[in-house]
Amino acid sequence: MDASPTAPDVIAGEASASVERPLARVPLVLNKRNFTWITERISGVVEETAPRWWWVSFTFTSLIAAFGLFCLGYQISTGVGVWGLNHPVGWAWDITNFVFWIGIGHAGTLISAILFLLRQKWRTSINRSAEAMTLFAVICAAIFPGVHVGRVWMAWYLAPLPNNYGIWPNFRSPLLWDVFAVSTYFSVSVLFWYTGLIPDLATLRDRSTAKIKKFLFGIFAFGWRGSNRNWRHYEMAYLLLAGLATPLVLSVHSVVSFDFATSILPTWHTTIFPPYFVAGAIFGGFAMVLTLLIPARAIFKLQDVITAQHIDKMAKIILLTGSIVSYAYAMEFFVAWYSGNQYEKFAFFNRIFGPYWWYWWTGMLFCNALSPQLFWFKWCRHNIFVVYFVCMCVNAGMWFERFIIIVGGLHRDFLPSSWGLFIPTWVDIWTFVGTFGIFTSLFLLFIRYLPMIAMSEIKIVLPEADPHYGTPQQHHPVAAGGKERN
Amino acid sequence: MGAEYQSPAALYEAAKRVRDAGFKRWDVHSPFPIHGMDDAMGLGKSWLSAAVLCGGITGFITAMTVEFGPSWFIYPLVVHGKPFDWRTVPAFFPIMFELTVLFSAFTAFFAMLIMNGLPRWYHPIFNWERFSRATDDGFFLVIEARDPRFTEMEAREVLEQTGGQHITLIHED
Repeated sequence: MDASPTAPDVIAGEASASVERPLARVPLVLNKRNFTWITERISGVVEETAPRWWWVSFTFTSLIAAFGLFCLGYQISTGVGVWGLNHPVGWAWDITNFVFWIGIGHAGTLISAILFLLRQKWRTSINRSAEAMTLFAVICAAIFPGVHVGRVWMAWYLAPLPNNYGIWPNFRSPLLWDVFAVSTYFSVSVLFWYTGLIPDLATLRDRSTAKIKKFLFGIFAFGWRGSNRNWRHYEMAYLLLAGLATPLVLSVHSVVSFDFATSILPTWHTTIFPPYFVAGAIFGGFAMVLTLLIPARAIFKLQDVITAQHIDKMAKIILLTGSIVSYAYAMEFFVAWYSGNQYEKFAFFNRIFGPYWWYWWTGMLFCNALSPQLFWFKWCRHNIFVVYFVCMCVNAGMWFERFIIIVGGLHRDFLPSSWGLFIPTWVDIWTFVGTFGIFTSLFLLFIRYLPMIAMSEIKIVLPEADPHYGTPQQHHPVAAGGKERN
Repeated sequence: MGAEYQSPAALYEAAKRVRDAGFKRWDVHSPFPIHGMDDAMGLGKSWLSAAVLCGGITGFITAMTVEFGPSWFIYPLVVHGKPFDWRTVPAFFPIMFELTVLFSAFTAFFAMLIMNGLPRWYHPIFNWERFSRATDDGFFLVIEARDPRFTEMEAREVLEQTGGQHITLIHED
């Protein structure tokens, strides 16, 4: 993303702080807030008593989550027959939901790892909550492959252990790759998130007056004391974790796409899938980050930290990845026509005019391909309501896209005699709605009990954090190049 | 003995002076890492990366063992007509990659804690009541009494000269 000023109205107030800088940039924290303000404001969210709206929404979302868990229990105790899937549609909402949720997680890792390596300083105010979102999304995702195996007590067959006949799992199967990819992704995301949390937990420990809070934050902060001898190893660990998470996040959705791409089904059997899925995952994930952060920043009055500039940049990423996804959609149609393969041609004709036609027209065409194009206009990127509308379109559109790929690919296969349709049952629907309950409940707990913005990281982007701040005469090359961490 | 400084810039200059004065057992405490402070303190590059490399190699070897062992030696099984000689190796790459990353990440996290001597829930510095601001907006420099060059006079002098405020002698208990 470009770092040039995007909001002229805020440049005026910045001039003095950037006098010694060769290029004036829009500040990442507005109104010249200082270190104390950041600590007070962000810790304040955790320290004040829970507002009434929090209890109302938490009760509501946890009830939905509880009903979702009831549906899972009903499905496990009765059998997968309570879901609507049957021949020829053997994978339906379960895998759609899995791919949907795992894709959402990708934006968090992109923000925390890839933007860190690219030294995009604006990531510091959004990375903590985006990483938390990743974890919760992966938890929701992991439910579906777990239960769709039917007999969940046999799920240990996925582990690299011999079964009772001495047969080992097939290490050449993409489904097993998926097990390794998703579990690695979750573990690494947890470690990365927790590493970032340690200094902030220490802040909360030092601020809390209640004994039990001090004790608990103290335990989890590991006795962090901000020593530079510790920061030295800490920064190296953070850099390495970012370096490890970067190829990992690109690999996870690639491996998910292999589940489809290695089969021989028309619309699944394509080499374009890995980059197409990764771009789609980032696209959908950023929409979800904005869906969560736009209300959070308004409720907790964090507009000075999560500024219009941040939303503008995220909107540009949505525009970029949305355009990549649209290109992939177009390329699928072109290849279907160009291949001359009648099954491919039919499958794509069926996608637009078949029984699931409106899924394609609204979900893929309108929500995913057309709506993000609004972000070419600056006015749209700076209007919260337009941004929120597009994000909601993308959230829905990405779910429809996965449904079209999975069910659309399965319901009319090679033999017309075996064609059929998929109709979801109430268990299908409520299990999916239930995962939204789990996701929002976890996110609400997160914003209540943990600092939703990385305090120790955002302090670095303040101009006075520079060790050469206030000494314009001796211009230090390091400070001029903006090579500070983040 | 600890002192508090007004800003990261003041702490940075003070660290250079304390380094040049020849102290060895001392540290600075700040709410965020200050860029260039490692050099100002005379510390080299962290060798954590070496530990992570070892972790990554362990993960890679684990993946090789867990894949080649069962598929080639313990229970060779032809699944959907795929051969199990060298031509099958590309199909093993994803798990090799995942386990390398997994082991490296765990090593990075735990090696960071071990090299920092964490978890350490009690430290004498927490006895200094001003120190709670080290995770908020305070910038501190602490010279330990264990330092071979440490005398109360000299430490106080260098801290005063560099603009340190609230110079305090912190006790072990």
